[in-house]
Amino acid sequence: MGKFGVGQPVRRVEDQRFLTGTGRFTDDINVDGQLHLYVLRSPYAHAEIRKIDSAAAAAASGVVAVFTGADFETLGVGPIPVAAIPPANDGVKRTAPFRPAIATGRVRYVGEPVVGVVADTLANARDASELIEIDYAELPVAATMPDALASGATALHAPQYPSNLLLHWAIGDDAATKEAFAKADKIVAIDIVNTRISPTAIEPRAVIGEVDANGRITLTLPTQGGHGQRRWLASSVLKVPESQIRIVTPDVGGAFGMKNFLFNETVICAVAARELKKPVKWTADRSESFLNDVHGRDQLSHAEMALTKDGKFLGIRVSSLGNVGAYLSQFGAFIPTAAGGAMHCGAYVFPAAAVDVKVVMTNTTPLDAYRGAGRPEAAYLVERLVEKAARELGIPSVELRRRNFIKPEQFPFKTALGQTYDSGRYEEVMDAALTRADYAGIAARRAEAKTRGKLRGIGVSYYVEACAGGSGEQPVLSFDRNGKLTIRIGTQNNGQGHETVYAQLAAGLFDMELEDITIIQGDTDEVPTGNGTGGSRSIPVGGSAVQLNVAKMIDQGKSLAAEMMEAATVDVEFADGKFRIAGTDRAVGLKDVIAASFDGKRPDGVTEGLRVSENFNPSGATFPNGCHVCEVDVDPETGTVAFVRYTIQDDLGIAVNPMTMAGQIYGGAVQGLGQALYEEAIYDSTGQLLTGSFMDYCMPRADNTPSFDFAYTEVPTPRNALGAKGAGEAGTIGATPAVANAVLDALAAVGVTHLDMPMTPLRIWQAIQSAQGKAA
Amino acid sequence: MYAFDYTRPKDLAAAAQSFAGSDEPVYMAGGQTLIPTLKQRLRRPSLVVDLGALPELKGIAVAGNLVTIGAMATHAEVAASADVRRAIPALADLAQHIGDPQVRNRGTLGGSIANADPAADYPAAIVALGATVYTPTRSIADADFFTGMFETALEPGELVVKVAFPVPKRAAYMKFRNPASRYAIVGVMVAETASGIRVAVTGAGPSVFRVPEMEAALAKSFTADAVKAIAVPVDDLNADLHATAEYRAHLIGVMAARAVVAIA
Repeated sequence: MGKFGVGQPVRRVEDQRFLTGTGRFTDDINVDGQLHLYVLRSPYAHAEIRKIDSAAAAAASGVVAVFTGADFETLGVGPIPVAAIPPANDGVKRTAPFRPAIATGRVRYVGEPVVGVVADTLANARDASELIEIDYAELPVAATMPDALASGATALHAPQYPSNLLLHWAIGDDAATKEAFAKADKIVAIDIVNTRISPTAIEPRAVIGEVDANGRITLTLPTQGGHGQRRWLASSVLKVPESQIRIVTPDVGGAFGMKNFLFNETVICAVAARELKKPVKWTADRSESFLNDVHGRDQLSHAEMALTKDGKFLGIRVSSLGNVGAYLSQFGAFIPTAAGGAMHCGAYVFPAAAVDVKVVMTNTTPLDAYRGAGRPEAAYLVERLVEKAARELGIPSVELRRRNFIKPEQFPFKTALGQTYDSGRYEEVMDAALTRADYAGIAARRAEAKTRGKLRGIGVSYYVEACAGGSGEQPVLSFDRNGKLTIRIGTQNNGQGHETVYAQLAAGLFDMELEDITIIQGDTDEVPTGNGTGGSRSIPVGGSAVQLNVAKMIDQGKSLAAEMMEAATVDVEFADGKFRIAGTDRAVGLKDVIAASFDGKRPDGVTEGLRVSENFNPSGATFPNGCHVCEVDVDPETGTVAFVRYTIQDDLGIAVNPMTMAGQIYGGAVQGLGQALYEEAIYDSTGQLLTGSFMDYCMPRADNTPSFDFAYTEVPTPRNALGAKGAGEAGTIGATPAVANAVLDALAAVGVTHLDMPMTPLRIWQAIQSAQGKAA
Repeated sequence: MYAFDYTRPKDLAAAAQSFAGSDEPVYMAGGQTLIPTLKQRLRRPSLVVDLGALPELKGIAVAGNLVTIGAMATHAEVAASADVRRAIPALADLAQHIGDPQVRNRGTLGGSIANADPAADYPAAIVALGATVYTPTRSIADADFFTGMFETALEPGELVVKVAFPVPKRAAYMKFRNPASRYAIVGVMVAETASGIRVAVTGAGPSVFRVPEMEAALAKSFTADAVKAIAVPVDDLNADLHATAEYRAHLIGVMAARAVVAIA
């Protein structure tokens, strides 16, 4: 292998433009004659809209149009659709509550769009919005899941849903689990709050809607893949053939799941552009991002595990409430159920398991996938529970894990919740992490910290998650006459470095230079199909698809080279950029073969530019896994947590680019520890978002995050061609429980046994006070 | 933001004249509070009078026992001033830990104290060091300047020109900051001044305040233990998402003790 190819830490080709301020994001784009949209939003979490008087706004300076929900109804604008609703226990298929782009009749969360004002400037649109008079009649608010399920709670979507319970979902074997618990020597229970998170991409959402003379709509916006958005818009919202919509995605500044989804403002820009026959632009400000970007997580769980007295796991059962907010986003109901529910066996052999989830509607912003999407919730719960069991049984937690790990020879391993894990060497990976973290030496470090008045804690998590199963990816690869390769692919870089890694893969296989390869993404006219970036699928599935298609191009090249050299195709081999008749010195270069594909006579199956477009389908999900070991000092006087050491050993399968992979792990882990210690989206009882700015919503930053000691063990997955398991979400999933366990380990010395996230100084201080019987 | 007129006068007289000639004028120093307020349309001034070009408000000077800092000195300038660091290191440290680099490069001493945010850092230094605030027409003693939450003794249109800080024998500032905003949840400056020991607390109450019990205790025994046990009543303390009144009361003791350790 040359300087590129699998396993090389190739530097990111994107960074030059990002670091020199020459990236091109949606808001950097301005179209001649564009109008500006301002969205007037609901100040109430739940209210009937009695009357909207927008006459003065419509007549205001610079205003071109004012759109209400009623206007959209008249225009036949359809609902924002859902993509997946899991099956309910009662067997009755659920349909999504109607989700209009602009509220009709009722508002159901603070920030819900109520009127769209389009004007020549944003300032004029916003000025005009202040002239709009809306008569709201407030309704009772269900801001939390318990409130929403309480008897007498006002149903958000009556009469379609007489209560706020969307559905009750279950998986596993209840009877077998009951039996396991009946046999148990020890049952350990825990209540877990998995907090609500704001996604906070550095680039806020933005949209430019345009329409051509034939009524075809082009939307430019940050996405995680435009094909899904095009499908949802075409099938449900605009009710046109997909060919009538083009989605263009320029550079994207962070997405974390959130930019996968179809939002109200996208629809409003599309419809406004169509109706006004002019470009319409909208960019979220940070306040709007906090209010209307889909939030993540937000689950309440009660979990129990059954063990023998020597610590063998017999069973686990989990009952959760999962919040979807006021409307279903595309995968809103899927995330707390099917996406993560089946991962509650973790890395362990649980002979029996049962999980059930009530999916609840509340007067809050809709929720959907956020980095990990269901699996972090499961991993956090399982790893908190294992830690608690270890403490209650008096068995060291790493020893308890060791006794119950799925062993390498057991793979493929089908869990009690029906997942078939592909591969793993859990104990070896954990031991590597523990060794590097000097886990054995913690007692001395704890004693040293005590001399400084600090509580040292060490926390371990062993996570396993599910990635990169499901749909395939069908890129288009072709050479031009000059031997430059173009790869068109329907995944979407939002900062990960796909342009580098796809090019690196192809460059390695063809033995060519990176600068001779162009990656085209983010335009549904340029890229025929795509399933987007999400679920850590881009390298395992997209990368495998690139590899497969390069192999097909080489096959074509062999066939053409054979013709050129008057040899049999089977005798031609490709290496070092040359097609050679095996065992001879007769060869033709790749460039000559490419040129011949344009000019010469082509054998059957050989196309101009060796153009190929084969679909690659993974044979199933991959199961990335790994061990995080976090060491902290807690200052008992203030409740402050300081990171001392942070060690990660992952099995992410084959590492295509160790440098970008490490970047994913670092960023992911920072998001995971952000949830553990800092971040929480908080609503008050009236449904007002209290954490609506960075003054109150605390992000992890350089000065409150650790340096990571990251290494990896490559256990290839058989589920895709590259053997890669996916790295995009792993860091997030592993970090949250490791950090929480570390804080709890530190606090064990002062009698604290339970704490919920985020483990803020206030919460920690209060927990210490309360453990010591003092008022807090 | 709403539309407004803007002027950048060249001296104090011109600034006063501009201010007087407008219906709803507002002075802008570093703009670190005003600009976000305008962006959120929470204020609608007719005129923004930018103080950035006034020579009278600039400069840092140490003369004898006084450090005099112009109202438009940025936090970064105060933090980086070798003169300030030599004379009152605690003041340079305080400035060094305000907000983040962007805030420190724009935010000013005068803007901060005129705004009188209960969680701002400078009020602790003004009161602990017994500083004097100068306006174009008068001087205001530390104890008289801060009158409540976002309230000062400044008359409408009256500007801070400079602040004179007497050099203490020794002083230290300890801050427990809001993890999100980096404002002080509790900030305590302990200073041994010519007129005795002072303990000034910012962030915890509606406005900066002194803790006489701690001052008396430290006068007897300048040790961390002397202040640790002194409980500040919670009744008048702030409570929000990030800290209860009880937590703030507790942190006052912890920060005061740490300031004492830092000094001793």
